[in-house]
Amino acid sequence: MTVPTPSQTVGPFFGFAMPFEGDAHAVAPGSDGAIRIEGHVLDGAGEPVPDAVLEISEGDQFARCATDREGAFHFTVRKAPHFDVLVFARGLLRHLATRLYLPDADLDGDPFLQMVETERRRTLIASASEGGLRFDIHLQGDQETVFFQL
Amino acid sequence: MTEPDFEPPYLFPDYRATLLRAPRRELVHLPEEWFHRRSGPAFGRVPVKAEDSDLTRQHRGEPLGERIILTGRVLDSDGRPVRGTLVEVWQANAAGRYVDPVDTHPAPLDPNFTGAGRCLTDGEGIYRFVTVKPGAYPWRNHPNAWRPAHVHFSLFGPQLASRLVTQMYFPGDPLIPLDPILNSIADARGRDLLVAKFDPQTTEPEWALAYRWDIILRGRDATPSES
Repeated sequence: MTVPTPSQTVGPFFGFAMPFEGDAHAVAPGSDGAIRIEGHVLDGAGEPVPDAVLEISEGDQFARCATDREGAFHFTVRKAPHFDVLVFARGLLRHLATRLYLPDADLDGDPFLQMVETERRRTLIASASEGGLRFDIHLQGDQETVFFQL
Repeated sequence: MTEPDFEPPYLFPDYRATLLRAPRRELVHLPEEWFHRRSGPAFGRVPVKAEDSDLTRQHRGEPLGERIILTGRVLDSDGRPVRGTLVEVWQANAAGRYVDPVDTHPAPLDPNFTGAGRCLTDGEGIYRFVTVKPGAYPWRNHPNAWRPAHVHFSLFGPQLASRLVTQMYFPGDPLIPLDPILNSIADARGRDLLVAKFDPQTTEPEWALAYRWDIILRGRDATPSES
């Protein structure tokens, strides 16, 4: 009775249904404390994943962005030490969960990061780039992003 | 949690797209109170209009196909109703074609059907959509591969761990035993959880057949309820 309903892939055809107006902006671009985060979703061959949709959240902030043909996504959020990020895609039978840290967050004192092998922690930390932050998500491969068990 | 778990694996070679997209490193386990039990995303910015739950009334005319009512309850892991949570659905039309430009299946589009809907669960955790039964369609996963008729569902729920994106199938579909996506769930009891039941009581005479499908989300509603 209370067995959770299992997950299935979001498939390739969500692009007419899941996006909504202004979906990638948790706060208005240019508003107080707003930062732009951009990146790519890449598969195990290093190829872009053009049929993924990402959700980012922290407190009252929520945004959603589908990747484009180059696997690129972007968000506008109000600055916080870290954000929860969920990844849905064709080929993912269940979504993935990761966390994005700002490079100037208290990384040494963070209990989540202490649970992650030292050499893989960098996959969770966004880097400063022109006009904001960069955060790539590698689903697989040498640079595979750290994902958390749901 | 000690509940049985029927989740599919990330890597399932029969579904080819998992090969380069499933993570190969072990997922990091975090304490539930740190992560899973955090409040779910604040989805309030997603617009939900009353007419979004009737997919047969989004255009000038009526869509072709078998009109159906799709309803059920959304419950948490304690079996309590999840109230006011966002339910999003999307599907192919009766001919098995999605409006999405990515879909190249040479079946007709229906000018009176988009195939996307949203609603919030009511005070008893109930969602309800009116739509048409989607058609099966081919995909290129393996020779002569066809997806069984299905409706995509996306739900939020009370906690971060409650987030669910899945697919609902129709009872008696002969394509079900052949579908690698559904069969990625190894246990037949898990697969059955994704198949709706024909519901004669909810069927509206001279109007629409009805299917009932209840959804159980992980996690628990932290707010005490009076019932």
